[in-house]
Amino acid sequence: MTKMTGAQIVMECLAREGTEYIFGYPGGANLPLYDTLPQYPQIRHILVRHEQAGAHAADAYSRITGKPGVCWGTSGPGATNLVTGIANAWMDSVPVVFITGAVVTWLIGRDGFQEADITGITVPITKQNYLVLDVNDIAETIREAFHIATTGRPGPVLVDIPRDIQQQVTEFHWPETVDVPGYDPVTKGDSGQIKKAAELINEAERPLILAGHGVLISQAYDELRELAERAHIPVICTLLGLGGFPGSHELFMGMPGMHGMYWNNIAIGEADLVMGIGMRFDDRVTGRLKDFASKAKIVHIDIDPAEIGKNLHPAVPIIGDVKEVLRELNPQVVSARHDTWHRRIQDIRAEHPSITIPKVDKVLPQYVIKKIYDLSPKDAYYVTGVGQHQMWAAQYFWGDNPASFITSGGLGTMGFEVPAAIGAQFARPKSTVWSICGDGGFQMTLEELATVVEYELPIKFAIINNNHLGMVRQWQHMYYADNLQSVALFQPDFVKLAEAYGMPGMRIIEKADVDGAIEKALRHPGPVLINFEVEQHEDTFPAMPPGAALSETVDTPTYDGEYEFMPGTGSREKVRSQ
Amino acid sequence: MSTHTIVALVQNRPGVLNRIASKWRQRGFNIESLAVGHSEIPGLSRMTFTVDGMTNDVDQVLKQMDKIIEVVKLSDLTEHDMVHRELALVKVAASEQQRSAIIDIVEVFRSKVVDVSAEALVVEATGTEEKVDAIIEMLRPYGIKELVRTGRIAMTRGSVNPMAVDPTRFAQHRYRPAGEGKAKVGSLI
Repeated sequence: MTKMTGAQIVMECLAREGTEYIFGYPGGANLPLYDTLPQYPQIRHILVRHEQAGAHAADAYSRITGKPGVCWGTSGPGATNLVTGIANAWMDSVPVVFITGAVVTWLIGRDGFQEADITGITVPITKQNYLVLDVNDIAETIREAFHIATTGRPGPVLVDIPRDIQQQVTEFHWPETVDVPGYDPVTKGDSGQIKKAAELINEAERPLILAGHGVLISQAYDELRELAERAHIPVICTLLGLGGFPGSHELFMGMPGMHGMYWNNIAIGEADLVMGIGMRFDDRVTGRLKDFASKAKIVHIDIDPAEIGKNLHPAVPIIGDVKEVLRELNPQVVSARHDTWHRRIQDIRAEHPSITIPKVDKVLPQYVIKKIYDLSPKDAYYVTGVGQHQMWAAQYFWGDNPASFITSGGLGTMGFEVPAAIGAQFARPKSTVWSICGDGGFQMTLEELATVVEYELPIKFAIINNNHLGMVRQWQHMYYADNLQSVALFQPDFVKLAEAYGMPGMRIIEKADVDGAIEKALRHPGPVLINFEVEQHEDTFPAMPPGAALSETVDTPTYDGEYEFMPGTGSREKVRSQ
Repeated sequence: MSTHTIVALVQNRPGVLNRIASKWRQRGFNIESLAVGHSEIPGLSRMTFTVDGMTNDVDQVLKQMDKIIEVVKLSDLTEHDMVHRELALVKVAASEQQRSAIIDIVEVFRSKVVDVSAEALVVEATGTEEKVDAIIEMLRPYGIKELVRTGRIAMTRGSVNPMAVDPTRFAQHRYRPAGEGKAKVGSLI
């Protein structure tokens, strides 16, 4: 047995949990942790410029690697700065372990300097949190935190450790096993229910799969593909499900919902079987609930029992890990063809191609995003912010690289794009990482350009700059009688800003220069920022009005002239520019 | 809308009540009554609480509550054949002349007088909420100076026990009762 300080025990536990990176920020209450960093060279600390950024970076790192992210900060404001990042990880079920320093034990509850009740504050947005008041509890608590964060439905866990506890010395004891009574996530689906689901699939004539984030979390790519191919089922991926099924596959149908493909929103209303796989029937997906999939029987597979029956009542609920459930389900599914059903969907697609780009001289935002996809290597990763550019990025994402589309889905956190790209680049140091930014979101977290340059991360930033909070402008335009309030943004010179941080910047105002700028950015070995000044008043379509049903989705307006891009049917090749 | 009687076995650790209350608060429920105390298993506390709501809405919160790590077992006893009781202490104004009349009422309700002073009596009443309500109404004309009710506690009748857990799972567990051997910040609940 070796004697260690609390801080050393924390580091020892992180090392044993396989932590590669800690995204963090120092302060008075976590100084003992920083003091031990040199003793653990296998763990690299990444100094961000704001705690929220550390949280998003750890979040994106985890989504790509499948390993838990680690992020820490000091007490009080350091901890409260994490809150948005914790909520983001919570809403999108991402396993991140947060460690905060707390004020010394004798000041707790006495409004000590930089004290915040962070365990109280984060109760509703963590899977579990701990205030460690005994140095002998640290090892077991950290072990348990990793266990809870990564098992069942993943989620963030926070461990708050007062500074004096970090400094106390005790014998280190590594708990080999974790026992959490009262916490037994079910991963194996009920065999009877799985059999029922197989029967429904075998009877169905117009089946659809709605694949969500759970497919990526349980890495059930092959199993999902096997099911879809065997029973000839079109696969619709939710925003967070994108990257769970190959975009070039003929069964891939793109995204559903508020800004999803028109054909999906109609097809859901005509289907006789809808299988929700690792998803939660979010309001942006379902539209008005009582009209959702009204002709369909619903099969719902999810690992979280609380998701079953939360929004709608499935005919066959299956609680379990997507991969395990599909492995048991697939052999019971009879090989089938549903050509009439597929032809019906193709007909809707032909009539409502949804993602069309007219040939105009203006720089259209969706054109820029499409070009980024077309010109980048196939193993590139794409991180987005929130708003119009996010929806375009999702609509035009038809890639094959699993888990390569990283976005803030549940919480919808503007500013996610800059720090999350940092986490993505650390997760995949050799791959191209694009940060597709909104001009609003970028200004929320642009301080992280310093982190990017300091750690020489070759991230390509593309600001889809329409000089507005685009989605808010669109809502004010469409639903508030064009009363535009507080949506036009004063902006700095983004090129000078990039240069001030020590990275090259480009400003693109001509359509003819778009390709060249993207290619130049891809060739440049370091970070680059491109400010694409795009058409300011372009709306995102299709668009389902808030509170409406999927069938009331407003399709992309038709255009009389020539098209720059008109999607084909099925493969990525056809979806590429024609 | 109906009243649901929910019982939960929870680990006796700081912050548990906060976590549970948070789930109800988030969905806009008002907890009508709440009673907490030790259970038959060391380290586990048993809570009984009542909420008014639609069964479906209550079920949703129960599923969320079940995800709280410290919640070991959870059950809505409403549909079960259950025994439920509440205890009330009532301090009634009572002059010497009024005392015997009040004691008559107390006897009818099979309640007890647990304290007597020159101006007041303290009555201990146990029973269903309806019975407790009834005795309180009978005592009200004399002047109620103080009233405290525990809220409902409940369990199923007979051998049916939806709250059965394996006590050995908790015997070895590292969790000590709150405060034992450490700075006492916050308390159980």
